[in-house]
Amino acid sequence: MRPTSALLRKELRLEWRTREAVPAMALFSVTTFVVFHFGLQKDSVDGALAAGVLWVTLLFAAMLGANRLFVSDVQDGALEGVLLAPIDRTALFLAKAIAFFAFLALVEVVAVPAFYLLLLAPSGGDAIPGLLAVLVLADLGIAVVGALVSGLATQTRSRDLLVPLLGLPLLLPVIIAATRATTPLFIVTGAGSLPGKWVAVLGLYDLVFGLIAVAVFDFLLED
Amino acid sequence: MRTLSILTVVTLVAAYALAFFYAPMDAVEGIRQKIFYLHVPLALVSLGGFVTGGVFAVQHLRTGDRKHDLRSYVSIHMALIFGIGALLTGSIWARAAWGHWWLWDEPLLVSFLIIFLLYACYQPLRFAIEDPERQARYASVFAVIAGVFVPVNFAAVRFAQENTHPRTLSSSHNLPGEAWLAFFVALAGMVLLYITLCRYEMAAKRVRGHLRKLRRRLGEDIVAGRSAAPQ
Repeated sequence: MRPTSALLRKELRLEWRTREAVPAMALFSVTTFVVFHFGLQKDSVDGALAAGVLWVTLLFAAMLGANRLFVSDVQDGALEGVLLAPIDRTALFLAKAIAFFAFLALVEVVAVPAFYLLLLAPSGGDAIPGLLAVLVLADLGIAVVGALVSGLATQTRSRDLLVPLLGLPLLLPVIIAATRATTPLFIVTGAGSLPGKWVAVLGLYDLVFGLIAVAVFDFLLED
Repeated sequence: MRTLSILTVVTLVAAYALAFFYAPMDAVEGIRQKIFYLHVPLALVSLGGFVTGGVFAVQHLRTGDRKHDLRSYVSIHMALIFGIGALLTGSIWARAAWGHWWLWDEPLLVSFLIIFLLYACYQPLRFAIEDPERQARYASVFAVIAGVFVPVNFAAVRFAQENTHPRTLSSSHNLPGEAWLAFFVALAGMVLLYITLCRYEMAAKRVRGHLRKLRRRLGEDIVAGRSAAPQ
């Protein structure tokens, strides 16, 4: 666990000093909400449309962040240093995925209130606890797959093209489950309850791809 | 290889002869139901090819033997071509049966499109990596992830639709025995066609590699162009 936490501290410190990914992702999310306002020609959205706008925005912002995840490692040759250290390669993946999860959570601290403020039609019930649960589960899936795809695409010549091309189809099950799960929360006539079925699908997706990612990530670093 | 080719041609001809002359005409759909014998085998073989590519990729990662990478590449490449066929025939069928070129409430069609879009990145990914050893390794990692994604995606899409829309495609559930026979012969023929084409492509790749080696030995200066295919 120690190498993972050391690498994680490195990731977070790097982001704290450069402030590269998180502010850009947050700004992108807010801008996208404005784009949706004009694109949909609606002052407020609810139900399925609200869930769709929120999740598409968060997914695209995540793709933006995933693009940057390994850039500093490759550019400055820091990856070689990590690979020379006598530690398990899985630690690197875990650190990247946890850091990405933290970035996503930080972005959502800005993006979700902005969504409530700018676009969401006020609803009767209390949607916050349910939304938080879905956000955590979906972020886990996005973080795992995002870190994996980023690791896969970073050492190629067309990195910034390949990350979204690979990541979007792979994350479609997350989008399906997250939008279905949050749709009842955004209904104007009063927030419905969280559909347990879709929460289970999200959890299962996280589990399957978490295991796969840990199993195959080592092969991306075998140089 | 020759017997395999002949067997493929014979099975496919027999399958479509059966489909047109032996299997009964569908009472509701009529002649347009015949595309079922082309579309469904294409789609099944394509999905099977994607998963086979993933299995070869696992073998490649475990053994490090490049011949498994070649097999994985050829499996996925062929499956992509069959997948295009499946999407086109599915679209034609949808147009004939329901009047639309595309239907979002048919989970099989939608999952197939998503999987196809994912695998369409396989060639660009390979093409973007110059070092052949790394290209093989990364492509195998991709093939493993995508191979696992195939069933997950099917489950998620099927799940999303079952309680909102009734299943529209019910014709395959109550087929008479003659139609099943024709269908299974068509499926066998399509599997044979897939295997034959894979064999041919692998043979072509091997011969090309061999030829390049010989020409290099003759002292010819060969500038190896960048390629998505395994060298």
